[in-house]
Amino acid sequence: MGLANIIFIIALAAAIFWFAKNTKTIKRNINLGRDIDLSDRAPERWKKMSLIALGQSKMVRKPISGIMHLMVYVGFVIINIEVLEILIDGVFGTHRIFADPLGPVYDVLIASFEILAFLVLFACVIFLIRRNVLNIKRFGFREMVGWPKTDANIILVVEVLLMLAFLSMNGADYALQQRGAEHYIQAGSYPISGIFADSFASLSTSSLIALERGMWWFHIIGILLFLNYLPYSKHFHIILSFPNVFYSKLDPKGKFTNMEAVTKEVKMMFDPEADPYAAPVEPEGPVERFGAKDVKDLNWKQLMDAYSCTECGRCTQQCPAAQTGKLLSPRKIMMDTRDRLEEVGKNIDKHGKDHEDGKALLGDYIQEEELWACTTCNACVEACPVSIDPLSIIMDMRRSLIMEESKAPQELTAMLTNVENNGAPWQFAQTDRANWVNEG
Amino acid sequence: MSEAAGIKVNTMADLMAKGEKPEVLFWVGCAGSFDDRAKRTTRAFVKILNEVGTNFAILGTEESCTGDPAKRAGNEFLFQMQAMTNIQVLNGYEVKKIVTTCPHCFNTLKNEYPALGGEYEVMHHSQFLQSLINEGKLKVEGGSFKGKKITFHDPCYLGRANEEYEAPRTLIEQMDADLVEMKRCRSKGLCCGAGGAQMFKEAEPGTHEVNMERMEDVEEAKPDVVAVGCPFCMTMMTDGVKTKEKEDSIKVYDLAELIAEGKGL
Repeated sequence: MGLANIIFIIALAAAIFWFAKNTKTIKRNINLGRDIDLSDRAPERWKKMSLIALGQSKMVRKPISGIMHLMVYVGFVIINIEVLEILIDGVFGTHRIFADPLGPVYDVLIASFEILAFLVLFACVIFLIRRNVLNIKRFGFREMVGWPKTDANIILVVEVLLMLAFLSMNGADYALQQRGAEHYIQAGSYPISGIFADSFASLSTSSLIALERGMWWFHIIGILLFLNYLPYSKHFHIILSFPNVFYSKLDPKGKFTNMEAVTKEVKMMFDPEADPYAAPVEPEGPVERFGAKDVKDLNWKQLMDAYSCTECGRCTQQCPAAQTGKLLSPRKIMMDTRDRLEEVGKNIDKHGKDHEDGKALLGDYIQEEELWACTTCNACVEACPVSIDPLSIIMDMRRSLIMEESKAPQELTAMLTNVENNGAPWQFAQTDRANWVNEG
Repeated sequence: MSEAAGIKVNTMADLMAKGEKPEVLFWVGCAGSFDDRAKRTTRAFVKILNEVGTNFAILGTEESCTGDPAKRAGNEFLFQMQAMTNIQVLNGYEVKKIVTTCPHCFNTLKNEYPALGGEYEVMHHSQFLQSLINEGKLKVEGGSFKGKKITFHDPCYLGRANEEYEAPRTLIEQMDADLVEMKRCRSKGLCCGAGGAQMFKEAEPGTHEVNMERMEDVEEAKPDVVAVGCPFCMTMMTDGVKTKEKEDSIKVYDLAELIAEGKGL
């Protein structure tokens, strides 16, 4: 085993270790949320995941970005077979280990990797243009200033570099194969890199080997670094999209959650047997807040939603409030939830489990004005390609405002009083409810 | 039974006194009971039911808000109080099937009452009218809207919330009207701006009102009629058309009104 293999194994082990560590932190953060049982209706969930996550069915509702995303997605998944070969080669010091056992299939594989790599490259360049030159509106809301914009560009540039390195590596390899250089066995078919392999003719064999090795190392180390970038980036969606769709809501979108704690109380009030003078039953465990003021009041699925968001903005683009210049942007709700959760997680790492920083998602990140602008129309939920539900977070925060803090716009308070007193949101008496029959 | 201005309406209490039960309860809703424009929809729907001879009843003064606006505003306590009060009444009358002209009532009764002990078969009036046509009880072909360009504005709580996009459209097509779609329709339909308890408050500061944003789509589709299936959409669309000063060229009607008027009821 050579020095190169040892370095490679150390790099690989370090990459896996760090990635596992950071992923565990994200898992811990998600589990800071309230428990919710989503283990039901597994066959339906598998079907939904196959269609929406694996099958990208919602992505292609926007054909241009959808098809290009499909290229990157398929490219990513398929080219990983090649990464597997590169990993084995790296550990054992072999070269193109799959070539021999796969025979002609290997040619087909390498050719398809090349074409996919080119498509990924093409799509990423278009994506960069869309974000930075065409200034497409949905990439430009107030929450997209600064880091989110940089994050998006880093991801795209890295993918471009990785694909360029991959194709250059293949081109150099192909040129070496044609020269009959030692170790470079005749294997693979190179429809893309073959085009520019001729331009390497002036290079000496040793420079060509240096180029091939250089690109090989650049590509694989780049992948390992990129893997470790994911937990710090919105790009973590490539992992969480799948479980996120799996655990998403199966009920009709109009069905909002029933608050069981409230049901218990209301049932007591309706129970003719209940003793009105009985001492209130002490609740078991810590008292749960009504609705959500901070991330820990949300359930783990809502927190998983936040880490699954890749900030594409399809939700905000469809939101009636956002389209008419209101403060609300469903994407910002998701980004705020994730950023606050990250902050809470870091506090735990630094100061221990019970640390309170005196801040909250509601108030320090999300303003009341955003929440009250929502029409609960479900356009954001419908638009999300990975089944994120910003509306459920908005609703839980409204519940907190109303039921914990008695805060609501004045007209809503009046409406609620009317419902309570006359059984209608307007000030009409219930006894007049059937008057319409006799009006003509 | 009340028989006035050409409509016949029983209350559940009337029928109960006679030892009878209707085949369906018509849930009128607060807007349908109190809002002047929505009351016209209510009466149109009743005229159709009378014409067909559907055995229906209303709760009358025993009906109360479903609690939808309270729930969407975040007041779960008030919502459940309303829901349980209504469920006691509904279960007391052994109601099995409910039809309503309000998608908000429809959604709440259908999706949110079961968890509190109220399990009913709930239909939006577009679905109910469709079933009357399918059973051959109601004919809507021809009529005064024949050949008119009609566009349908999807109510969020019928469309996206409950994925019913077809029934309203089939009704319009069966009237031999020319169904034209707006740019944003079906699952991509733009909200009128009134859902989620927005109906009862001023909108937050912004560049313009949601219903005016929707008016852009309406004008682009150049319809003679904007058909709605929700009393709140009715308010928002009617206001929008007024603000645009297009009342003469674009009429706003509920689906039930289209059928009743089309048939000259």
